[in-house]
Amino acid sequence: MAPAAPPPASAPKPGGLRAWIYKRFPVQEFIEDQLTGYYAPKNFNIWYFFGSIALVVLVLQLVTGIFLTMFYKPGEATSFDSVEFIMREVQWGWLIRYLHSTGASVFFIVVYLHMFRSMLYGSYKAPRELLWLIGMLVYFALMAEAFFGYVLPWGNMSFWGAQVIVNLFGTIPVIGPDLVLWIRGDYGIADATLGRFFALHVAAVPLAILLLVALHLVALHQTGSNNPDGIEIKERVGADGHPLDGIPFHPYYTVKDIVGIGVMLVMLAIVVFFVPTFGGLFLEAPNFEPANPLSTPEHIAPVWYFTPYYAMLRAVPDQRLGALLMFLAVALFVVLPWLDRSPVKSMRYRGMLSRGALALFAVCFIALGYLGLQPAEGIYVILARIFACGYFAFFLLMPWYSRIDKVKPVPERVVFHAHD
Amino acid sequence: MRMIKRALLLACVLASGTAAAAAEEGAGAGADWLTWRAADDVTNTASVQRGARNFMSYCLGCHALKYERYSRLGTDLDLTPEELQKYLIAPGDKPGDYILTTMPASDAATWFGKTPPDLSLMARARGADYLYQFLKTFYVDSSKPTGANNLRLDATAMPAVLSELEGLKRAVFKEQQETGSDGKAMTVRVFDHFEQVAPGRLSAAQYDEFVHDTVNFLDYVSEPTQAARRALGIWVVLFLLVFTWLSWLLKQQYWKDVH
Amino acid sequence: MAGDGVIGDNQVDTSRRGFLTAATATTGAIGVAFALVPFISSWMPSERARAFGAPTELDISKLDPGQMVIVFWRKQPIFVVRRTPAMLASLAGHDDRLKDPTSDNSNQPPYAKNVQRSRNPEYLVLIGVCTHLGCMPKARFEAGFPELGADWPGGFFCPCHGSRFDLSGRVFDGSPASLNLVVPPYAYPNAHTLVIGVNDANQKGVA
Repeated sequence: MAPAAPPPASAPKPGGLRAWIYKRFPVQEFIEDQLTGYYAPKNFNIWYFFGSIALVVLVLQLVTGIFLTMFYKPGEATSFDSVEFIMREVQWGWLIRYLHSTGASVFFIVVYLHMFRSMLYGSYKAPRELLWLIGMLVYFALMAEAFFGYVLPWGNMSFWGAQVIVNLFGTIPVIGPDLVLWIRGDYGIADATLGRFFALHVAAVPLAILLLVALHLVALHQTGSNNPDGIEIKERVGADGHPLDGIPFHPYYTVKDIVGIGVMLVMLAIVVFFVPTFGGLFLEAPNFEPANPLSTPEHIAPVWYFTPYYAMLRAVPDQRLGALLMFLAVALFVVLPWLDRSPVKSMRYRGMLSRGALALFAVCFIALGYLGLQPAEGIYVILARIFACGYFAFFLLMPWYSRIDKVKPVPERVVFHAHD
Repeated sequence: MRMIKRALLLACVLASGTAAAAAEEGAGAGADWLTWRAADDVTNTASVQRGARNFMSYCLGCHALKYERYSRLGTDLDLTPEELQKYLIAPGDKPGDYILTTMPASDAATWFGKTPPDLSLMARARGADYLYQFLKTFYVDSSKPTGANNLRLDATAMPAVLSELEGLKRAVFKEQQETGSDGKAMTVRVFDHFEQVAPGRLSAAQYDEFVHDTVNFLDYVSEPTQAARRALGIWVVLFLLVFTWLSWLLKQQYWKDVH
Repeated sequence: MAGDGVIGDNQVDTSRRGFLTAATATTGAIGVAFALVPFISSWMPSERARAFGAPTELDISKLDPGQMVIVFWRKQPIFVVRRTPAMLASLAGHDDRLKDPTSDNSNQPPYAKNVQRSRNPEYLVLIGVCTHLGCMPKARFEAGFPELGADWPGGFFCPCHGSRFDLSGRVFDGSPASLNLVVPPYAYPNAHTLVIGVNDANQKGVA
């Protein structure tokens, strides 16, 4: 029998260990398909840094979180003391703790900017609706993770914040009170609650987040990324089969993202080393006192990244309606791809109605965030109501204004200025 | 960062000093107590040392610092083991021990109605300014079980333990007309000024330094690593700036390819 | 690469690019190395562990002759034995059955490198951890103890794998352990006090 023909010549074969691995694991294919052969639009601007930065912050939280778990002791009697033990007696414990607490806030800043990018450029529109939905699931998981995590130090704000938020579930008709008892595992926020929140925060939700982030990246690579002009670069392909307006992710965006990560690390370091409490926004003052069921802090406020929704909750005089409204405020993000009827993706080519509405949304969100930190009285409540109306108007009127809005002609090729 | 903070602090001190002077002419001593700032500086080791000694002499009887060890105080405040033993360690305690008070918590609750709180984190929980104002606004009040009250924390269960140093002072209130939430006019008692009733062992300036040092100490105790944190931070930020700059140059190099 | 000139074919300045890549990568690697330090260091004993690792004091005037007491230092059991003259006499005459009779290979402070393996012959201080795999040996001070044979002079017997040690903690031939039991640093600040953990009675703690 004649020997088989030699295999056709291809790219230079790596020798030794690498060849052994490549034969048994799709490393080379992965690099070629997802990195050097994955083409991204060349016109990414600053708004496109936040995805990779979010990934880095996720890794930071995982690593610092694992190390904190080595020393933290969950339990009503031990949690608070163990955190101070970490701060004072574990070598470098203070640094690990501050990285984790600052990382949590940085995570939300980055995620909010990341989501806003999608709203600026219509990245949630077809064919990326599923990408957006998975992203929303990541956001929900992140909110749950942050909520559970904040209870763990068992400071006074941990306790009362948990009390308020868990009680919200009591507003659900019929099953409410039983549900609250089930969540708490006791007749008040107690050891049982702390134990389960610990398990969820350390194991369950991080696993969910990792899975969802992986799915998020898979969905992204399926459709390819959007860009600031909202043009589908795959529609114009060159002779070699690659998009004319695309560039390989590696090395161009790997090298660019490193700069973004560097800037984020500088800002993270400034906060961690010089203003770790960030004026009481990242580490709230009442949380430096142990949980005390007999003493409610003067102003109960969740951490800043929840305050926009908290402001809406308190703006409504009825508890049940307020909770419903708050839930709706978050849920409306989910249906954004279907509320938006504009034929055009990017704000660059939309009219004044859409741009004005988005600007209004941003102002309302930030204003509500500020108001959520203030006591719920007087002018603050009135303003919260006004801004909440603006927030809801953005979503609920969108099917109308996005359709009738004037649009500008969308260019054939992306707008790009060479970096020389 | 510290330079800016110092400059701001100086401006505040000057401003409040001016305001205090103006207030004194008009309304009397202490009317501006809410504007008093602790002006704390944990890097002033001499002040923190004095504050530590003040705490051990006047506060440890009721308040613990249960998260702090004596030995740590010794290291952070540049004290020799002998100095630490002589000036700061309570009789019977060892250097490695946590700083605990001997007053039993249950007895304290009976005597005062409340257990005196541990002070390890009080400066972070309430702020240094709060502590400064608290220690400087005790006044004689016969209607209270301890014979004293406090402007910063009304109806405090804590007696005026520092009155031996500060002396006794009386709070003078004045009536003021205000509009209530229902729109109707009402008379409200508002603090006007303090009046010294009996002198203490320290002059006003000495007592002020006493309080300032003690608050400085409590600020240090609430986060003993803060000095190290700031010192390291400068290097970390500088390193990261260098790294970011290099990575930016690299990015520019690669992106020359892209047209 | 894409054929439309998206990626320019002008000369790539490979040397500058290579230099910058190397510079950035090196700086990044240095950063990562520094960043690892806090995490790895966090595994070192905390202040609490070090405080508990502080020297242990013991009042030895309470010990009867022939009695052993066990205290803890750095989470390890410490055997303190007040040896009788008979027990001290039993230390002689079996050097040929010992693996390290003069303690040349074993671990002890200089003042314990002698037959009695102690500062003061009357008191024996040993770390009660078998030098084989770490079990705690049992005291078998009685000479000729039944299961240990008629020529057993008295000492320690480790139940896990059968290592035997004499009344100075010196290991016998035939034991899985190869070194004598470890002698910790200790000192006598006065006649009735033993401090374990320091070589000098005035020291605050072993580094």
